Amino acid sequence: MPDLGLDVLFKGKNMIRLLGGLWVAVKISLISVAISIPLGILLGIIMTSKNPIIKAVTRVYLEFIRIMPQLVLLFIVFFGTTSALGVNISGELASVIVFTAWGTAEMGDLVRGALISIPKHQYESAAALTLTPSQTYLYVIIPQTVRRLIPLSINLITRMIKTTSLILMIGVVEVLKVAQQIIEANRMSSPNAAFGVYLTVLLMYFIICWPISMLAKRLEKKWG
Amino acid sequence: MKKFKFITAVTLALTAALSLASCGGGNAPATDGADTSDTASTGAVYRTIDEIKESGEINIGVFSDKHPFGYVDENSEYQGYDVYFAKRIGEDLGVKVNFVSTEAANRIEYLKTGKVDVVLANFTVTPERAEEVDFALPYMNVSLGVVSPESKPITSLDEWNADDEMIVISGTTAETYLTQNYPDIKLQKYDTYANAKSALENGSAAAWANDNTEVIAYSLSTTGYTVGIPTLGSKDTIAPAVSKGNESVLGWLNDEIAALGSEKFFHADYEATLADTYGLDYEEELVIEGGTVAE
Repeated sequence: MPDLGLDVLFKGKNMIRLLGGLWVAVKISLISVAISIPLGILLGIIMTSKNPIIKAVTRVYLEFIRIMPQLVLLFIVFFGTTSALGVNISGELASVIVFTAWGTAEMGDLVRGALISIPKHQYESAAALTLTPSQTYLYVIIPQTVRRLIPLSINLITRMIKTTSLILMIGVVEVLKVAQQIIEANRMSSPNAAFGVYLTVLLMYFIICWPISMLAKRLEKKWG
Repeated sequence: MKKFKFITAVTLALTAALSLASCGGGNAPATDGADTSDTASTGAVYRTIDEIKESGEINIGVFSDKHPFGYVDENSEYQGYDVYFAKRIGEDLGVKVNFVSTEAANRIEYLKTGKVDVVLANFTVTPERAEEVDFALPYMNVSLGVVSPESKPITSLDEWNADDEMIVISGTTAETYLTQNYPDIKLQKYDTYANAKSALENGSAAAWANDNTEVIAYSLSTTGYTVGIPTLGSKDTIAPAVSKGNESVLGWLNDEIAALGSEKFFHADYEATLADTYGLDYEEELVIEGGTVAE
């Protein structure tokens, strides 16, 4: 068994620090997802509009968020708000803003796709049964849309958790940063710690993301 | 048309609900953020010494993964040569020190936006940086060095093999120096110190250029690596940095560094934090006491 330097994890509060860092990453993802889902549904409904101006504006927003690397967005929000607006926001808040903007764009596109994918005959059949448009949405369209959406939006959570590894660049000490701190503080006593500590971080991401991913898969099978 | 009316109604309802929800969710993380001081009230980006004293807290940007200058120990405590000085600043000002974890690539941005009052992150003084931030008196000497595997030591950059790559950390002096003076050397850039170190150990490049203190410490602690080039480029100094134009904090820091010279503070700092890594042989060479550089 090669020396992976796993002993550094049990020095002092190191394990608790790593778990604390993981919680920071998960917390920021969950808050962002919680805000993104309703905002994204709203955006998705707006995106199905036939108004060319609304279509163009939402399209530009979606493409802008998708094309820009998340790191650039984080820097713009974290440092840009201070230099341009004089508002000093914390790294955590900047992360939530960026992840929410990103999540809203992704959710919006998913919702738009789900709404469009409901065949026209569903609307027509509902009308034939003398349902009002609001009844059509409530009893026919929305239940079918939600079924298609839930697995996809759960996947968005795992993507967000993984992307939180970037927020260390704006001073938020999350699990990866804690890992780097532990490796550095012990680089003389345990020069091999990097592998073991990164392996532990990998397992932590896996333990958090795998059940979420499995849940999405099950729901997809059940409702798909 | 009816469909559109419905959508409008849904939209309005959701907007109302969401503006409430996003307020609640968005504000929550701000309360436990480290740097929520308001800079907007004074109009200036930075805070003066009086404003810092009044708030009872000073925000100091340090490295959290750069042993032995700024790192976090197993009990979540910031430690190291820069941190030792930062703690003394807090003591002498009578305020609590709020450590902010910075990276080499974002130190200047933190000062330009006033998100920290002082950066004590192994910050090498260069003319380019001095245009963007103000440096106080220096407290340490530094030049560049190059570390390479003992099996294939690099002792000169003049006979550089065109296929080999050199590791640098983005935003460091080494990157600027090599880009200007050795444009033919292919650089492998990393954002964090820990990643650069892993890259060298994984053999993905021939050598790693960084501050010489860093490479000396690295080679002393890691078997199989040697500092083939101990000094490269001009001799530089490391100094605290403040936001451009912050005369108040700059003046206070300069007085503080000069005054600390009489009690040999930085020698004590070296012995407490750096001696374990560099040994006592390098003490006089590395330490600057009272802000005056020995010739």
